[in-house]
Amino acid sequence: MVKRLVVGAHYGFGDWLLQRLTAVVMALYTVLLVVRLLMMPSRDVFAWYDVFANGPMRFATFLFFMSLFYHAWVGVRDIFMDYVKPISVRLALHAVVAFLLLGYAGWAAQILWRL
Amino acid sequence: MAEATVRKARPKHLNLVQIRLPLPGIVSILHRISGVALFLCLPLLLWLFGASLGSQEELESFYAVFGFSVLGLPIVKLVLLGLLWSFLHHFCAGIRFLLLDMHIGIELPAARMSSVIVLVVSLALTVVTGALIW
Repeated sequence: MVKRLVVGAHYGFGDWLLQRLTAVVMALYTVLLVVRLLMMPSRDVFAWYDVFANGPMRFATFLFFMSLFYHAWVGVRDIFMDYVKPISVRLALHAVVAFLLLGYAGWAAQILWRL
Repeated sequence: MAEATVRKARPKHLNLVQIRLPLPGIVSILHRISGVALFLCLPLLLWLFGASLGSQEELESFYAVFGFSVLGLPIVKLVLLGLLWSFLHHFCAGIRFLLLDMHIGIELPAARMSSVIVLVVSLALTVVTGALIW
């Protein structure tokens, strides 16, 4: 039996759950997007533009991106925890990835709200 | 009595070349590798997504610079095809992991079968989608 000191910290359940919830959001969005793309009246940039240039789709696409970046955060952090042992290097990598993903979120918002 | 459980000296193969993964293990490590590939290529994908939704002048200048000289190169297309496979594998394997989390298909034969399905379906979808957009 594993004995460990029970302290006040949570053991990552919230991130574990959010990784799965964001996965479901992205999977549903993928199906929605594929259906929308198959329904395009023509296969050109104008039809492609029209897919994203409306309120509900912009909302869904933004939700997809937010899910993607949070999902990536949990996944990449897990990988660093598996392979990067020196705590200083790990912390630095976590910071880089977190700031990168925050930047990506701004970038995605800028792409979508220009339409 | 307590001394009866002697720890067996099992062979440990932590050498990556010597490790032989079972099928579910292969799906699992490919899930991780495809996730890393997608994460590393996020700037490229965001840039392409933004460029595809630019104004007409932006699109024209994009094509003038990157059009058929760069985006038409087979090596560039192969990289994009690799990312397409990464996404599809991550998608299929992810659905499998969600089902496993819900205790669906956790027996060994079922888990092995679903691993084969994930590998085959993601490859087939890559071939079909790749052929459509090559």
